[in-house]
Amino acid sequence: MNRKIAPAIKDAVEFDIKLKPYEKFTLDNGIPVYVIKSDEQDTLQLELVFSAGSWYEQENMVAAATNFLMKNGSSRHSALEINESIEYYGAYLNRNSYHENATYTLHCLTRHAGDLLPLLQEVIQDPAFSAEELAIYQQNMKQRLAVNLQKCDFVANRYIDRYLFGEFHPYGRVSSMEAYDALQPESLRAFYHKHYTYSNCKIFLAGHLPENMLELLNRYFGSTRWNEGGHLLRPELPIQTADERKHRIFNDENGVQGAVRVARHFPNRYHPDFPKMLVLNTILGGYFGSRLMSNIREEKGYTYGIHSQLYNFRQISALNIHTEAGRDVCEATIEEIYKELLRLQNEPVPAEELSLVRNYMIGSILGDLDGAFHLIQRWKSLILNDLDENYFYNNINVIKTITAEELQHLAKQYLSPAEFYELVVI
Amino acid sequence: MIHYNKFTLDNGLRVVVHEDHTTPMAVVNVLYDVGARDEDPERTGFAHLFEHLMFGGSVNIPDYDEPLQMAGGENNAFTTNDLTNYYIQLPAENIETAFWLESDRMLSLAFGEKSLDVQRKVVCEEFKEHYINKPYGDVWHKMRELAYSTHPYRWMTIGRELAHIETASLQDVQAFFFKYYRPVNAILVVGGNVTTTQVKMLAEKWFGDIPSGEKYVRHLPQEPAQTAPHKLEVKAGVPLDALYKCYHIYPRMDKRYYAADLISDILGGGSSSRLHHVLVKEKKLFSNIECYHFGSVDAGLLTIEGKLVKGVKMKDAEKAVQEELNKLQQTVIPERELQKVKNRVESMLAFEDMSLLNRANNLAFYELLGDASLMNTEFDNYDAVTTANIHEEAGIIFNENNSNTIYYYADNHI
Repeated sequence: MNRKIAPAIKDAVEFDIKLKPYEKFTLDNGIPVYVIKSDEQDTLQLELVFSAGSWYEQENMVAAATNFLMKNGSSRHSALEINESIEYYGAYLNRNSYHENATYTLHCLTRHAGDLLPLLQEVIQDPAFSAEELAIYQQNMKQRLAVNLQKCDFVANRYIDRYLFGEFHPYGRVSSMEAYDALQPESLRAFYHKHYTYSNCKIFLAGHLPENMLELLNRYFGSTRWNEGGHLLRPELPIQTADERKHRIFNDENGVQGAVRVARHFPNRYHPDFPKMLVLNTILGGYFGSRLMSNIREEKGYTYGIHSQLYNFRQISALNIHTEAGRDVCEATIEEIYKELLRLQNEPVPAEELSLVRNYMIGSILGDLDGAFHLIQRWKSLILNDLDENYFYNNINVIKTITAEELQHLAKQYLSPAEFYELVVI
Repeated sequence: MIHYNKFTLDNGLRVVVHEDHTTPMAVVNVLYDVGARDEDPERTGFAHLFEHLMFGGSVNIPDYDEPLQMAGGENNAFTTNDLTNYYIQLPAENIETAFWLESDRMLSLAFGEKSLDVQRKVVCEEFKEHYINKPYGDVWHKMRELAYSTHPYRWMTIGRELAHIETASLQDVQAFFFKYYRPVNAILVVGGNVTTTQVKMLAEKWFGDIPSGEKYVRHLPQEPAQTAPHKLEVKAGVPLDALYKCYHIYPRMDKRYYAADLISDILGGGSSSRLHHVLVKEKKLFSNIECYHFGSVDAGLLTIEGKLVKGVKMKDAEKAVQEELNKLQQTVIPERELQKVKNRVESMLAFEDMSLLNRANNLAFYELLGDASLMNTEFDNYDAVTTANIHEEAGIIFNENNSNTIYYYADNHI
């Protein structure tokens, strides 16, 4: 045995990745339910998705506050009573509010689903929005914000999104003490009634389901036209980008690191360049062996980690390179980032590196499709963006077939340093 | 029930195989029985720095990550006060690549000056990012020194100070490797779409000829029972006052550990837990409060930490926390409340077991504790705890003489 010789491997292009199809049911009132069943474990995940993200709010933070406070008391039970009942069954009920959507996700043991659904119904269909719960929320969120505002990475994330999208656009708008202070129970209630409706709801279900799961869902979510109201329109909201591209901010005079952000706009996922950019982004800063990581961490030791990411926003995307680097090497880090952008423009990606990135990406997708909970996430992201499995298979095909020439062309089109916003927050 | 097979190679390497033919993936997990608690007090942070160096190339393979990524794999590692754990996830067809890589770095590292030089800097940036450049980032550094007089849990995994990392030499690195990173001190877990026969063959092939090494026998200075309360006041440029209270609990293999763990859930597990409900929602003294511990192998610390609502006095906040602890000492908790935290544990264990990677990590950890089979009886240990046990342990743990308190003041109070 020669330890210097690597064992033979099966190449990524040979893996035949199949996206296991979902089952779809429709509740009596029309709510679609997308299901991936798997009986290997005794657990399930139930997610309700509403078009109720910040895109739809008229006042800053209303979407997030509404989403959070729905769980804190109904017309019949206090927040404590509701939480105690859910937690008694060992279940987790998480809520999240994003730019487009807001969600409620239940994780529980299969045998408790029947006991939990009436509680979930109460949270979703009968929240109280008491003035006291709102006051506690405002105070605690302001305190949390005060702590976060001391962190350079938190502050940098706020500024870079503002430069890219504008402070009035939901992608660039940020939380503030004033916005928290301005929240009123009436505005939360109004937002709730308009957006958390049966006709604005999709359900994603995965795992080991009790036999009567659909009957239960129909009983608690499908039998009435709850919160019936008008048709919801998605407003058009133009972005407003900053004119000045270079920014330096001092947030903490004693800071020993700076948060570095180098970012630009990019077309959204419906554009043919998007799947190609996913590959180029991986090469640039999307995995441990990336150009940025190899150079700026593994070669120079300027940072614990540096990454680039492609935003998954619906209207418009962005490419964002981000790191926390030593205070005195922030400028050197930016210089190296630009060098790496130019290198991708000027030299084709070597065959071996491209082959490695293809294999890495396919392996990583294979791992991501493992198990019902992962599969339903993948489907959810397609369905909520009005896409289907063809989009997924096209992305796989791009990973398997994109050429070095195409990548270089893409780099020339999108990776010119002059088109990036740059920011350092110390 | 997690099924597995177990065997030991002639050189002492313990191997656990967990077959799961529902997944196309495989996980290879290598745990080394060395953590920050095994460090020289004058050279702390070494186990963790060493973890970084394990990715700097091995004796026959110049680059660790590249061939793995080429095989469609991903990897990472973590170091705790107790252990160091490395793991790989990759398509099962390519599993031999993982054996090749892991066995070569167990055989010997490349020990390059360049790799050491860069990783010293990287770890220093990690230190800054997590512990210096974050509000309240230094609190665990201070709390460990306050709570432990003797045991090496006195320092954090990242190290006591930057200087210890900055001065690590190549010689230190080599000595550390040959003392701890030997088959006899390691546990290999292979999970996923593999067979035991296949893993046996591959383990013999790649790990079988690595010299066994000397078994590391741990003789750590034990922490004496605390006999008086410890208190520390800190003032720093943070926006809010914060209160931290720590109480010594039990080693991971002590039966009483389970009652202590359930107490942390009663106090801090979820929105219906006592501290959150009474102190955040009812009395509005804290904007958030948590209760947790790290599940360390030697006796750890039950921790209560919270940020005070602006304007609330530290003394009043502490008194209110103390009242909640007194309630647990004075009154037996209702059966339903105990059942709630048991249900929480049951469900948490079930969700943990869903991921192949978690199952492999946990099998290695329980094998380190004594036997992988402990993983399958873990819930029974929780289920056996009674309300009387909780009452008794609350009485012992929350003894004032067992307490360590940090009053972390926002600078504007000076």
